[in-house]
Amino acid sequence: MVASLRGSAAVVGVGLTEFTGLPGMNHMEIMARAVERAILDAGIQKNEIDGIFSANFVELLTPLTVAEYFGLNPTYMDGTNTGGSVFVNSMQSAAAALHLGLCNVALICYGSNSATGPFTHPPAMHTVEDIYKPRNPITPYALAAARHMHEYGTTKEQLAEVAVSARKWAQLNPAATMRDPLTVEDVMTARMIVDPLGLLDCCLVSDGGAAMIMVRSDRAKDFPKKPVYMLGVGSRTDHNLISAMPNLCVTPAKAAAAAAFAMAGVTPADIDVVELYDAFTINTILFLEDMGFCQKGEGGHFVSNGNIAPGGSLPVNTNGGGLSCVHPGMYGMFLMIEAVQQLRGECGERQVDGAKLAACNGNGGFLASQVTAIFGTEDTL
Amino acid sequence: MDKNKSDTGQPGPLQVFEDHVSQGEFRIQQCKDCGSHVFYPRYLCNHCGSSELKWVEVSGRGIVYSTSVVRRKPERGGDYNIALIDLEEGPRMMSRVMDVDPDQVTIGMAVSAHIGLIDDKPAVVFYNKEQGDKEW
Repeated sequence: MVASLRGSAAVVGVGLTEFTGLPGMNHMEIMARAVERAILDAGIQKNEIDGIFSANFVELLTPLTVAEYFGLNPTYMDGTNTGGSVFVNSMQSAAAALHLGLCNVALICYGSNSATGPFTHPPAMHTVEDIYKPRNPITPYALAAARHMHEYGTTKEQLAEVAVSARKWAQLNPAATMRDPLTVEDVMTARMIVDPLGLLDCCLVSDGGAAMIMVRSDRAKDFPKKPVYMLGVGSRTDHNLISAMPNLCVTPAKAAAAAAFAMAGVTPADIDVVELYDAFTINTILFLEDMGFCQKGEGGHFVSNGNIAPGGSLPVNTNGGGLSCVHPGMYGMFLMIEAVQQLRGECGERQVDGAKLAACNGNGGFLASQVTAIFGTEDTL
Repeated sequence: MDKNKSDTGQPGPLQVFEDHVSQGEFRIQQCKDCGSHVFYPRYLCNHCGSSELKWVEVSGRGIVYSTSVVRRKPERGGDYNIALIDLEEGPRMMSRVMDVDPDQVTIGMAVSAHIGLIDDKPAVVFYNKEQGDKEW
C-alpha cells in the first residue's frame, strides 16, 4: 500500500491578475503579477519558495525561466506539460514533493498574453492528422459533441444551457470578462465554427495569470489565510490524438475522478462546488457524467433548466468558467483558485454558502489528460 | 526525406506509410504476434509491444464514427468535412468524406477509402459511394 496524500498538503496562498487590460505585458510579466499577489496572500518572502511547477505553450524550459525571473534556487522543479490540465497535475506533483521533503514551499504559476500579445502557435505535433487540417483544438471537441449527440440524444440547446449557466455565474463575478445577459437562443444562433460547436460554445481567449502556494499541512496554520487542504487527486490519460481516443463519450476523467474520490473518501453527492474545464460546452456535460455527478448520457438533461446555474442543485463553474470568466490558453490553475476561494468563503455574491468540499477537473489536450482534485476545509480533514 | 529514417538507413514506419500513399496504396500495419491491426504506423505494436509489425492491405471499407464541418469562408476554400472513420480492420483514423456535402456526412455512414489529394498532396480520403478502381 502506497502512502496516501490525503490531507498532506494545503494551499496557503493564491494570486490572480486582472483578465483584461494587460496589453504590453508579456506572459512572464503577467505571471509575475499573479505570483506577487500569491506571495502577499501567503504572507511569505519570495526566497522561501523552493519548489517551482510551471508550464506553458510558448517556451521550453519554463521552470528554469521562472526560477531565474524571480531569483530563486529551487530544490525541486516540474515542467511537465499535459496541456491545460497541467496545473492540477502539478498540484499532485507538488503534494508528493512536499510530502517527501523534496521542497517545502511550492509555487505553481502561469501567465499568458493570449488576447493582446503576438499570436504564438504551440509547437507542432507532426501527426498523421495534420494533412486533413482539423481546426485544432475545436475540431476534436466538435467530434466528441457530435458523437455524444448521436449516442445520447444530447441537443444543441442543452450545449447552450452550459454557456448560459456559466454566464449567469459570471454576472455574479466582478472579475469575469463576459457579463452581459446571454440566452440559449443567442448561443444556438451564433456563427458556426466547427459543427456542432458555434462561437459561443467555445471558450474565451484571454490574458491572465494565476499562482498558488502550497505547503505541508503541518505548517498550514502558520499562514494568515484559512488553509485549504488537498484531500484527493487522480491523473489519467488514454490518448493524445482524437482519432486515438477509445470512446469519444467517455473521457479519462472517469478513472481520474474515481481515484481522487477514493483518496478523499468522499462521493460526488458530498461535493458543495464543482469547477470543470469548460473549454467548450460539451466538456461540462462529459465531465459531470464521467465524475459521477449524473449518469452517462444524462449530462444534457442535468445541465438544463438552470440546474448548474446560480440557484440550481449543483454549483458548477462558479467564476463563470472558461466560457465567460477567463481562458488564457491553459485554464487549469483558475479552476483550483476558484475552488480555494469558495472554500475560504471569499467569493462575495457568487459564494456558495457553507462550501466545505470542492471538486476540480482539469482537461488537457483533446480531452486527453484529465486530472481531478478534491479540496476541503479543515472540517473535512 | 531523412526525417523518419533510422540509423540503419531504412525508412521508419511513418515514412513507409507515406511512401505507400504517394504510390496510391493504403496499407496499415498488423502485428505478427497478437494479430492486431495498428494505425497510425508505429515501431512497436500499441496492443502487445511487439516490434514484429508487417504491412498489410486493407479492405478500404469503413464506418463514420463521428463527423464535423470546419466552417471556412468561400474565398478561403469553403467548408470541409473532418470525420473519424472506423476501418473494418479495427483502427480508427481521421480523414475527410469527399463526395457528400460536408454537413451531410452522418455517423454510421458506410464509406470506402481512396487516395485523393488535399492541397495537392496525396492523402487517404473516403467516399460514401465506391468510386473508381482501388489500387491496393
